[in-house]
Amino acid sequence: METTTDVERIEIQLLLEAVYRRYGYDFRSYAEASITRRIHRHRNLNGYRSISDIQHVILHDREAFLRLLHDLSISVTEMFRDPPFYCSLRKCVLPKLKELPFIRIWLAGCATGEEVYSVAILFQEEGLLDRVQIYATDINESAIDKARQGIYPLEQIQEYTRNYHKAGGKSAFGEYYTARYGHAAMQAFLKQHILFSHHNLVTDGSFGEMHLIVCRNVLIYFSKELQDRVLHLFCESLIEDGFLCLGSKETLRYSTCSTQFQEWDPHERIYRKRSNAS
Amino acid sequence: MSESIENARTLHECIAIGVSAGGFRALSAILPKLPQRGRVAVLIVQHTRADAGDFLARHLDGICQAPVKHAEDKEPILPGTVYIAPPGYHMLVEQGKSLSLSVDEPEHFARPSIDALFESASDVYREKLIGIILTGAGTDGSLGLKRVKENGGLTIVQDPKTADMDFLPKSAILAVSVDYILPLDAIGGFLSKMGS
Ligand SMILES: C[S@@+](CC[C@H](N)C(=O)[O-])C[C@H]1O[C@@H](n2cnc3c(N)ncnc32)[C@H](O)[C@@H]1O
Repeated sequence: METTTDVERIEIQLLLEAVYRRYGYDFRSYAEASITRRIHRHRNLNGYRSISDIQHVILHDREAFLRLLHDLSISVTEMFRDPPFYCSLRKCVLPKLKELPFIRIWLAGCATGEEVYSVAILFQEEGLLDRVQIYATDINESAIDKARQGIYPLEQIQEYTRNYHKAGGKSAFGEYYTARYGHAAMQAFLKQHILFSHHNLVTDGSFGEMHLIVCRNVLIYFSKELQDRVLHLFCESLIEDGFLCLGSKETLRYSTCSTQFQEWDPHERIYRKRSNAS
Repeated sequence: MSESIENARTLHECIAIGVSAGGFRALSAILPKLPQRGRVAVLIVQHTRADAGDFLARHLDGICQAPVKHAEDKEPILPGTVYIAPPGYHMLVEQGKSLSLSVDEPEHFARPSIDALFESASDVYREKLIGIILTGAGTDGSLGLKRVKENGGLTIVQDPKTADMDFLPKSAILAVSVDYILPLDAIGGFLSKMGS
C-alpha cells in the first residue's frame, strides 16, 4: 500500500478528466478522499501498475471503462436505514402532504431501490400511495435495473424487518413481498407507483415540480462546491413548501441555499422550502 | 521519549485514534487529559454497531475539557476539537483539512474503518500526524498505521499488556515498527502535554 503522492493526485485528476472527456461521466468534483480509495481499489483488483495505466486502457477500451464506472459508483444501501428518519417522515411530513390531491416524490441516488420501496410502504400505510408518483433515479444503470426488479436476498430481509418495526411499521413486513427461491420479490402494487430512470445529478437538469425530495448518503460523495450546485438543483425542483430530506450526518449549513429552507426536523435533516423562496 | 514529545508539541497538528473492543473505557480514561483549548485536532474511529447512536460522543463530551462531537459531512477540522466517526459511516480527511463521510463497504468488517481514517488523514497531514492504536479485536488499523509511519508521522500503540483486548494493538505492532508502545496512562499523559 503506497502513499498518495502529489504525482498520484495528478494522475487521479487526469484519469477523471479522461473519463469525462471520453465518456461524459463527470467525477471531477467528487470528494477526493473516497474517490481516491475507490480508484486504488480498482487498480489493485485489476492488476494495473499505476493509475496512469488505468487511464491509458479506459480511453481505448469501453468494457474496461464500464468496469471502472462500476467501481466508482458503488451502491451500498438498506431498507428502512435509520429507522428514526422514517418515523419522522411519517409523523412530521406525511400529515402535510395529506392535504394534496397528488404527491410527486423524487428519490435521487436511489441505488438498488431498497429506500424507494421503504418510502412506498410508508405512504401505503398512511393511505396515500394511490395519490403518489415516485421518480427514483440513479447514475448507476445496473443498480437501477436491480431496483426495477425489486428482488432481494432473503437473508437481508430479517434485518430489514427489524428496521421496519423500529421505523413504526404497522403491518407484518411479509405483506410487502413474496418469497421464492431464497429471494424476496417486492409486491407489484408498490411498483405501480414508482418510475425508475437514469439521472446524473452532476450533468442532468431539474426534475420538475416535486413535493418531496429524498437524497440521502449521496451528497457526502461530492465536494462542497458540487454539493452546493446540486442543492440548488433540488431547491429549483421543489414547489414552495416542499420537503427535502438528507442523510443523518449531512447538512445544508455550508450551502448558499440554506436561507431558502427552514429546518423542519433538524435532527433527522428534514428541511422545508420557504414559501417566499425561489 | 521526552525530546520527541517536545517536538510533537510544536510539530504535530492532528492525532488519529483507532480503537475497538474496550474503547469506551480506554477513551474515557485518556481523553479527559486533553487540555481545554489545545492546538491539535483529534479524530477517532471506534468500532461500534451501526445503530449505536451518539451515546459515546455525548458521554465523552460530558467528561472532557475539549469539545467532543460526531463528525458531520464537510465539516472543517478545528484545533482543540475531538471528532468521532458516526456509527455506520467511514470518516475521511480531505485536502484542505475537512471531514467527509462515506457509506462504502466495510473494510476488515468495520465501518467506520480505522484504516480508512488513518490513510486519508496521513495523506493530508503527513509528518504532522500522530496515529494511535488502542485496545481492540480485529486487524483494522494496521495498514493505516503503516501509512502514518511511511509518511513520517509519529506512531503509538497501547501496550497490549494494558489493553482489555490485545489483538488490535498486537497486530499493529507486528505490521509496523512503531515509535512507542505505551501503557494507557502514559498515552493520557502524552495527550495532556499535546498542544497546550
Ligand atoms: C451510498 S448510495 C445511497 C443509497 C440510498 N440513498 C441510501 O441512503 O441508502 C449512493 C448512490 O448515489 C449514486 N450516485 C453517485 N453519484 C451520482 C450522481 N452524480 N447522480 C446520481 N446518483 C449518483 C450512486 O450510484 C449510489 O447508488
